[in-house]
Amino acid sequence: MYRYILNRLLLAVPTLIGAAALVFILMRLIPGDICVVRLGGGGGMVDPKAVAICHAQLGLDRSLFLQFIDFIAGFARGDFGISMWSGKPVTLEIGTRLPVSLEIAVLSTLVAVSIAIPLGTISALRQNSWLDHIVRTVAIAGIATPSFWLGIMSILFVLEISQLTTGAPWMPPIDYVPLWVDPLHNLSIVILPAITIGYRYSAVTMRMTRSAMLEVLREDYIRTARAKGLLEQLIVNRHALKNAMLPVVTLIGIEFAFLIGGLVVTEQVFNLNGIGRLFVQAVQNQDYTLTQALVMLTVVVFVITNLVVDVLYAWLDPRIRFG
Amino acid sequence: MTKRNGWLATALATTMVTTMATALAVTPALAETPKHGGTLTYMIPADAPPSLDGHKENTFATLHATAPFYSTLIAVNPDNPSSTTDFVCDLCTEMPKPTDDGKTYTFKIRTGVKFHDGTPLTAADVATNWEYIIHPPKGVSSARESYMVMVDKVENPDPETVIFKLKFATSAFVPALADPFAYIYPKAQLEKDPHWFEKNIMGSGPFKFVSYEIGQSMKGVRNPDYYHKGQPYLDGFNAIFAAKQSVRVDAIRSDRAATEFRGMPPSARDELVKELGNKVTVQTSDWNCVNLLTPNQKKKPFDDVRVRRALALAIDQWKGAPALSKIATVHTVGGLVFPGSPLAATKAELEKMAGHWPDIEKSRAEARKLLKEAGAEGLKFELMNRNVDQPYKFVGTWAIDEWSKIGVHATQKVLPTGPFYDALRHGTFDVAVEFNCQNIVNPVLDVAKVLPRSVYPENYGGYEDAKMIELYNAMLHETDPAQQRVKMRALEVYALDTQVDTIMTPWWNRILVQRSYLKGWKISPSHYLNLNLANVWLDK
Repeated sequence: MYRYILNRLLLAVPTLIGAAALVFILMRLIPGDICVVRLGGGGGMVDPKAVAICHAQLGLDRSLFLQFIDFIAGFARGDFGISMWSGKPVTLEIGTRLPVSLEIAVLSTLVAVSIAIPLGTISALRQNSWLDHIVRTVAIAGIATPSFWLGIMSILFVLEISQLTTGAPWMPPIDYVPLWVDPLHNLSIVILPAITIGYRYSAVTMRMTRSAMLEVLREDYIRTARAKGLLEQLIVNRHALKNAMLPVVTLIGIEFAFLIGGLVVTEQVFNLNGIGRLFVQAVQNQDYTLTQALVMLTVVVFVITNLVVDVLYAWLDPRIRFG
Repeated sequence: MTKRNGWLATALATTMVTTMATALAVTPALAETPKHGGTLTYMIPADAPPSLDGHKENTFATLHATAPFYSTLIAVNPDNPSSTTDFVCDLCTEMPKPTDDGKTYTFKIRTGVKFHDGTPLTAADVATNWEYIIHPPKGVSSARESYMVMVDKVENPDPETVIFKLKFATSAFVPALADPFAYIYPKAQLEKDPHWFEKNIMGSGPFKFVSYEIGQSMKGVRNPDYYHKGQPYLDGFNAIFAAKQSVRVDAIRSDRAATEFRGMPPSARDELVKELGNKVTVQTSDWNCVNLLTPNQKKKPFDDVRVRRALALAIDQWKGAPALSKIATVHTVGGLVFPGSPLAATKAELEKMAGHWPDIEKSRAEARKLLKEAGAEGLKFELMNRNVDQPYKFVGTWAIDEWSKIGVHATQKVLPTGPFYDALRHGTFDVAVEFNCQNIVNPVLDVAKVLPRSVYPENYGGYEDAKMIELYNAMLHETDPAQQRVKMRALEVYALDTQVDTIMTPWWNRILVQRSYLKGWKISPSHYLNLNLANVWLDK
């Protein structure tokens, strides 16, 4: 097992170098100049001397090769450098936003899992019943509805309902406070995004749970268990669900990794200062160092998540052995 | 000497009339006694600013987050910010009368002013800061160096005096000096590390720094030692960054925030007024920002003045402005100069220029004739625009529709800010929706946008024109207001009517919706002005 994990981690190295080279080249293919955006984006006069000083300060007057070597060397040391836009260490920029994205990702996953697995299972067990039809309708609606739209609608719903009931429109606070500072304030901010993201997430997971369960329930060993007279609850929980979880866990892992950096629009809708919003800013501002670091972070998250999912496979299915 | 006195007399008279008019207009507000206390929460319609250094940055995001912490030498009158000529002392004791034929300005600096760390602020701090802004040392960036070309040197003969010696007398100096980004930092820290202010705050303004959550919020608390006695009225402020408009509108609607200080589109105003009625107030102003339709004269057929003129003549400014103002943040038909300025063209003067003729049918017939003469009938081209809704895309779409009425087929190409600037700088466009948005109304400098790129680096028209430079310099150096106005007209007619180097669109309209309990703050023609919050109070 440990050997397998080590092998997987070593295999991640070329993946990371490839991703690093790709993002480095792609960022520089986008036309534009961070210094001009920074000094002239507001519409005022851009002083060429100020632009030249800006280029020198950001190291953009050096050759691309030197810039790439710096980036790779820094990455190997765990030093992503300074954000070209804010002048702050990239680790600080990301570190400030990561807890927000992580909290949303964890809560959304909890919401999704707690909805998807019971409903997906029930839907499979009651295939083609009215309950199954309702669950499938809810799941398809969830897949078809973009989270950001649902987010806007949920805020408007809260505003309208509060206006109707209390006479004054209300919405959750807009200034994020960490969970450990003020749990109530924090939860009132993150609960709506967690539900809206979790709903779409649960819809996909629900579909996967249902189809995996349907497949497993038709297996010979389930028929044997029933023939032996085992309780249906025991068959479902111990024999069917655990085996049906293999593709579901993979999906949960991929979705979780996506949530860390992929909530680009949803974070803007809820004014959450997370990694997704930072990603958009970094690309818009042509902040090379920050964009490169964020891409690398995303790659690392995906690599680790996939590794965790693979390790979970062995626990879920004892037939799987790591060579 | 006579010219200077005439200018001063006119300026003084204008100021007095404006002040009186404003005083009459705002009598009910003045009748109210400001209340102390409370924390103002407002939205900043941006993501995190690049840095906190006013000297270095050009974005309003920096200013909206940091202006309450800082003092400036002079400022627009916070009680009359709509005036383009009313400037008052902030750190100085009295607005000086220029001497030496308008080339020397001597400022006396207040005594007893302290930075937030308790160290005294003296004239040496003011002089050093201005020296850094005008003549930045090697490796230090000043975004306003170009605006201060008229200044020769800054002197500090004693702890209470700062003297600005100009290379030439110009009416552009005082507005340039009132630049809201020209924060006064402690001299010792500035000399020790000028980059320190990019990440730290140390000012002498009405509020002291409390915290900055990157990309999220800036918090300040009342400065009890503030030198304008009795101010600030607020206990503190909480500024929240929110780039998305729906977030800001919802925040004001639910009273999570009292306002924002940039500007909203008409739809947001209408929504908030409909939902909240008299719980909100609306302030509007012409905005010192305008979109310009700039043909690239390095590309055919835009090197032909007949084609450029035809494009200008096709646009019905007078009918378009009121219609557009219902959906976009534009409002007033104008020329090169901000419509609220004494140097701006009157309606009669505008109507003589291409694209402003009162008879649009005659104008379009002339446009078709010119296109035919130039062999450009059925002209097709790409209109490059910036990926910003308000008002860029609205203005671009409107222009395309107007051009279609003379048989010109334009398509809109929308680019993000970085690639947009790249295309402008490399001249890889046909016609661009450009913009000119300055932080203080200073028409003498603002109109420099039409100067060729060899003189003004942010001109993208792709032309060289010695006569334009000559006309501009004549206007820049003219100190008699009446004569300066005449020379401004000559420049404007040459740029917009004779050469048609750029085509005006309606000037922007600044609309702000605020919770009714927010008092004391008055709108100005720029989202960069009047932001230190010293005179703001909450009627709760």
